Amino acid sequence: MPVAHSVASGMGGIRAAGDLVARMQLHRKMRLPEAKRYVAERLGVRSVDLSDEVLMRELREELDIGVVTSVPGCAKGLEAKWRIADLLGVEIQCVERFKRKVGV
Amino acid sequence: MSSYRTRMGDGRVVELTEAELRADLEAGTQDAAERGGIPPLNEEELGFLFELFACPYRVVGVEPGHEVVLTDDGSVNALYGAQSSSGTGVPVDRETAIRVYERAMGFDTMELGHADYSFKAVRPIVALEQQAMEGTLQSTIVPMFYGGMPNMALYARPDGPFPNPADLLPEGRIDEAREAQEQAGERVTRDMVFVAAKMAEIGTDGINFDTTASAGDVEFLATLRAVERVALDTDLAIEVGMAAEFVLGMHGEVEYRGTRLAGLYPHEQVTLVAEAGAHVFGPVVNTNTRRSTPWNVARAVTFVKACVEAATIPVHANVGNGVGGVPLTETPPLDMVTRAGVAMVEIARIDGL
Repeated sequence: MPVAHSVASGMGGIRAAGDLVARMQLHRKMRLPEAKRYVAERLGVRSVDLSDEVLMRELREELDIGVVTSVPGCAKGLEAKWRIADLLGVEIQCVERFKRKVGV
Repeated sequence: MSSYRTRMGDGRVVELTEAELRADLEAGTQDAAERGGIPPLNEEELGFLFELFACPYRVVGVEPGHEVVLTDDGSVNALYGAQSSSGTGVPVDRETAIRVYERAMGFDTMELGHADYSFKAVRPIVALEQQAMEGTLQSTIVPMFYGGMPNMALYARPDGPFPNPADLLPEGRIDEAREAQEQAGERVTRDMVFVAAKMAEIGTDGINFDTTASAGDVEFLATLRAVERVALDTDLAIEVGMAAEFVLGMHGEVEYRGTRLAGLYPHEQVTLVAEAGAHVFGPVVNTNTRRSTPWNVARAVTFVKACVEAATIPVHANVGNGVGGVPLTETPPLDMVTRAGVAMVEIARIDGL
């Protein structure tokens, strides 16, 4: 059933920009239209483009914020989230913890 | 006379004439309007629902650009869990399953939860849960929740230390039943805050208080108090998902900031959840298995639309097994699941599912 929602109504997660829009809801309590506008402005695309997996696949690799396919050398896990935090202007707590651990 | 293939609230296929389909949609929205004291859907919205259910295609989807954010209670339990969690028993660990959901299924957020999915059960093993979360946070990109249920019934005898209100109430021992619930509620808050603080310590993105108020109004109060504390003490995003459309008055007198909790519907619940400090609210509308899915979807969308309009925080509607218009059956049918989701997005204007 979760797959049905993902296909019919979901933003596509890291296939597109669903994780980024979700972060603005969780970090700033933004309603959906505001969260989409914010992320779209930061990425330099239109709101409607955020769930376009073809456009976002290329843009995510260009920004190096993690891509859905397995590409050697692309940012993964914490690396990607560090770059996402900078891109969106938010603090991601596990990234902050990692910075403290490595003395950054 | 043409007829339309749809399903009952228990999932069984039923054929409705155009007149029957339109009558069910009208009756569903009117039922919600009367119970909740909220506006029914208008003609245009009912027309949209008619077209949605008249459409012969098996799977439907939202318009491009209307997609919503997904959060999921229990989440990967559906892979490794058993029948009680609609699980498929796949021999895969939680951390691997989360990666599958993120990378193969395109989920926007993910959640880690214990198989028991109750904060009481997690408290003594929270260090193990922290380690699982730490590993997951290092390897994933999507926001990660830790999820569980307040599940106040676990604090009553024979499973817990307090007298069981389900035993006391039939004997007319009202005051004792109320006192037992108040004592249990304090423990519920304590355990929720404890686990949330441990998850915040290691950098988790959010905490999901799921199936809230399953034991009634005191459990809702205990959750609101936990939300207050977690919002004050941590940077966690807080999601509160409900257990049912209506807060049961198992106590009947408890209030939160001057509002009596028993009897509240989603558009009233969301206001209190936002006041407490939560970031996301998950309303529930229960499915009536004796009515058709069009009736249930019209009813659920009416409640959730009112909730979205009253909300100041994102609303992620529960559209799962037996809620949000989806039939109550072990194998929720794809045709009705996608129609319920589309109706929530296009009419109720939800922020997420």
